[in-house]
Order: sequence, then C-alpha cells, then structure tokens
Amino acid sequence: MSTDLLETPDRDREIMTVNVGPHHPATHGVLRLVVDLEGEMVRELRPVIGYVHTGIEKSCEANAYWKVIPFVERMDYVSYFFQMEAFCGAVERLVDLEIPPRAKYLRTIFLELNRIHSHLVWLGTTALDLGAISMLWYCFRERDKILDLFEMATGQRMHTRYFQVGGVIEDIPVGFEAKCRAFAEEMPVRVGQYEDLLDRNEVFLQRTKNVGIVPRERLLELGVTGPLLRAAGEPWDLRKATPYLAYPEVDFKIPVGTVGDNYDRYRVRVAEMIESSRIVAQCLDALPDGPHIADDRKYVLPPRSELSTSMESLIHHFKLVTEGFRVEPGEVYYAIENPRGELGCFVVADGSAKPARVHYRDPSFVNLQAFRDMAVGTYVADMIASLGMLDPILGGVDR
Amino acid sequence: MPDAPGLELIRGEIERDCPGAVLATSFDRAQAALIVDPERVLDALRWLKEQPGQRYAFLSSLHAADYLPNEPRFGVHYELINRDRVERLRVKAMLADPGEELPEIDSCVELFPTAHNQEREVFDFFGIVFRGHPNLTRILMPDDYVGWPQRRDFPVGGEPVTFTHSEQRYD
Repeated sequence: MSTDLLETPDRDREIMTVNVGPHHPATHGVLRLVVDLEGEMVRELRPVIGYVHTGIEKSCEANAYWKVIPFVERMDYVSYFFQMEAFCGAVERLVDLEIPPRAKYLRTIFLELNRIHSHLVWLGTTALDLGAISMLWYCFRERDKILDLFEMATGQRMHTRYFQVGGVIEDIPVGFEAKCRAFAEEMPVRVGQYEDLLDRNEVFLQRTKNVGIVPRERLLELGVTGPLLRAAGEPWDLRKATPYLAYPEVDFKIPVGTVGDNYDRYRVRVAEMIESSRIVAQCLDALPDGPHIADDRKYVLPPRSELSTSMESLIHHFKLVTEGFRVEPGEVYYAIENPRGELGCFVVADGSAKPARVHYRDPSFVNLQAFRDMAVGTYVADMIASLGMLDPILGGVDR
Repeated sequence: MPDAPGLELIRGEIERDCPGAVLATSFDRAQAALIVDPERVLDALRWLKEQPGQRYAFLSSLHAADYLPNEPRFGVHYELINRDRVERLRVKAMLADPGEELPEIDSCVELFPTAHNQEREVFDFFGIVFRGHPNLTRILMPDDYVGWPQRRDFPVGGEPVTFTHSEQRYD
C-alpha cells in the first residue's frame, strides 16, 4: 500500500490483496492469482505459475526419441494429439522422413477431433463459470463421443500415443469411418444447440459483451496467438499460413471476430468447432488408401508379421526397441496450430538416440501474459470470466 | 522461411547497417538462422523488427539450449515471424560458459514484450541472465531452488522423494 493512502484514510480507496488459488475450480487448473482489489475492481494482478511443473522437458532428454512421445502428450492434457504431432513432425523434419498420404489424413482427422474436444471442455467449463451449468453436461456428452472415437482407434481415451515418427501406429479399425462420419455430421447440429442456449441468453451476453477487450496491436506485442488473436480481428492461423499435413487439401474457413471481447472469443471458438467438423468430414471423404506409416526401417518398426520370417526385420525391430534410432546433429523448430495458438516444438539432436533438448513453446504459457491486460480495471467476477475465455491449460503452462 | 540466398541478402543488409552484428548464417533442414554476436543481439533484433521491407515483428518463441560439450556452450534462440511474407527466421546468440559466474545477454523485453515470461523461463532453467529484464526471477521452479536444472550437467533424479515406505529416512 502506498504511503499517501495511509495519510488520507479513505475507505473507498482501500486496496486489498486477495489470493485466488492455486486450488480453485475457477482457475481451470493449478493457477494462483495474486489480485489487488479496490472494492470489487481489479487494480493489479499477478499470475503465479509453476505448481504443476514436472520437468517433462528434462525427462525427454533421458529417453529415446520414440519414448519421448508419451511424455510430451502429458504437457497440455486436453490437446495431447497436438503435442504428439509437434514432436513427431519436428523429428520427421530432423531425419527428413516423408509420411505417407494416408497418415497425413489420419493425423488431420485426429487433430481436428482433438480440437473439437478441447473447445468442448473449454465451452463447458467457461459457461459453468458464468452460471450456465447445463452447458457442461451437453458439452461433455459430445466430448465423450470423441473420446469413444479415440478409444476405438487407439485403445485409449486420453494420452493415446497414436502418432509415431513416420505416421500413425496402426490403421483405423473397421467401423471407425462410419462412426466418425456420423459424429462429424451430428456435431454442427449440436453446436447450433449450444448457440441456441447461449447466444440469446441475456445473462451470458451481458457477462461477455465488451468485457476483457485487448487491442489487436497489444495482443501481437504480447505474442498471443490462436482464438484470442483471431477474436481481435487478426486472421492468423498456422493451418493456413504455413500449411502442414492435409490442411492445404481441405476447404475450411478461419473465423475472426471484430471487437475482441469475450463474446467474440466465444463466437470464434464455436465457429471453429463447425469448421473442424467440416475438415473431419472432408478428410474422411478423401482418405487415401495405402500404408499408414512410412516404410523406412531405420525409423519405423517393421510389421509384426515379418518378424518370424525376416532376419533383417528382426534386427531392425531389436535395434529400434532397445536403442532407438540415431539422429544426425541438428535442430528444428516446428510449429502447428493448437486449439490455443501456436504450439512450437524445438528439438536439438546431438547424433545420439536421445534428443539433446526438447522445448515446447506452449500457447497457454505465452497467452497468459495477456491476462493482466484483460482483467485489470474490470470487476473480479469478469476476471474469472476472462480467465475462462483465455483458456489456459496449466499442464501446458508449467510443463 | 527465407531460402538460402534470401538469408544471405538479409545478412548483407544487416552487415551494411550494423557491421559485425551477424557472425554467420546457417541454413539447415530448410530452416534459416542468423548467428549473431551476443553483445549485439539487440541491434540485430531491432533491425529485423523495424527495417522496412523486413518486419520480422512477431517473436513467436524465445528458448535456450545447452550444447555441452561444445563451445560456446549456451544458445539463446529467437524464433521470429514476418507475418506479411509468412517467413520464419531464427536468430541465435551463442554464449560462452563463464565458469562460476552466470552467462549474460541483453534482454529484449523492450522490443518484444512477449519475451518477459520466456526470458524468465530461460533464466530459471539455464541460469542465463538477461540484462535489463524488469523482473528476472524463477518462474516455474520454486523461488528457493538451487541449480539450473536444464543444463546438461545437471543430473536427472538424485533428489530424495518421500514415499510412505521411505518416510523415516529423510526426517
């Protein structure tokens, strides 16, 4: 408290420092906020992070490249496919390995399903923060269908370890295509139902419209990417800007906002869910035949059936499982569009079978810097709404 | 990405305006990098950000790597984007290990406010001091932590972990 406040005791200008979190349902994870309040107005705000730091980047350095994949999945635990794609893509660029077309399409399908899943978790929990509890049940109903699809294809509902260096671990099972197509057709209808529930809800509109506006230039200065930046009117999406996987071959739009308030952030994400369903449907239509993983035995496990007939396959299998593959020295930064923005994976290879450095540029970590601009000068209740609209995943922030 | 000749053109133009700032270029796996003098890193970054026709104005990532046993040991990487031309360019400053003291480099928070947390993270894990950073404290590790955990000579494990069966040993 500054001294001039002490000299002129004025009950209207009393600043109180409040600690929010780290364990609080409204902080969407283990985030601690030290907030200076004047009455109900937020005057200053300091996020304190690091409570779920688990040293994943350090652990990656002690493991062979193929064993790193399950580690990095556990950073941002809501968008695990993106972590896998960033790491596998970076290693594929390091070893100059082209993945087959079918693997590209399969990866795109799972990435977009994951994007819908991530946005559903965001919409459910953020609407819950604003008092719309039924949204949580509707969103998690659809989320469960996506998890069923993940389980059907990969055996796991979360942390699937499905992407491999060179492609995907196995082809989709019989019946997946029909189930996935049915979901992609149903999802836009469901999104329409969410919009019916929220778009004309007076409480929701008053809580979100013109709240938490940050100008576009300031967002760019702060390095903010993803739906937050697009809601402010900047059509920057790495899927269009630096196309990767099957994105150049499918037709989709980049939703952008105009005002950049919390309502626009909600609109952009909801529109993205519809676009993602369209991408999934198009990828299923255009899914090419052929292998689901590259045929380079130096990096990719040979098919199980070959092990009993081919000595070379057995040797390759043994080498890959025991030591892993070695990567020539070099470094690569590979960035993809995660549900929250630019997810970059930086890998340094030193010639051994283990990476010398794995670093993730996580969008939640960078976007969190914009939270102060969003919340200072608003009510404490709007701060909670803005935090929800920022959508940080603390596993990704702390890694 | 600028291609290899494009990278050399950028290098030539920086050389004209800030002689000696760029030490070398590297074009590896289709990724372009400028290796700059760590003392002149701000000159190079400012030129890339503000020079008309270049405008690498978006810092997408700032991270570091420990190249032990190579010398110079530490590398601070700046991943820049030119959003008009959709080109990425990496600026790399290599820092020697000063032994007992901590390696130092100028902070680019003034140029790129997004670097605030990322420079803190690099300090936290590598012990690289960013001169002029407004609040250079640990960000992810506890404030009282000793050591720089992402350095290659920092061992994995070795910290006693208390489980029910081993509780007695560390009391």
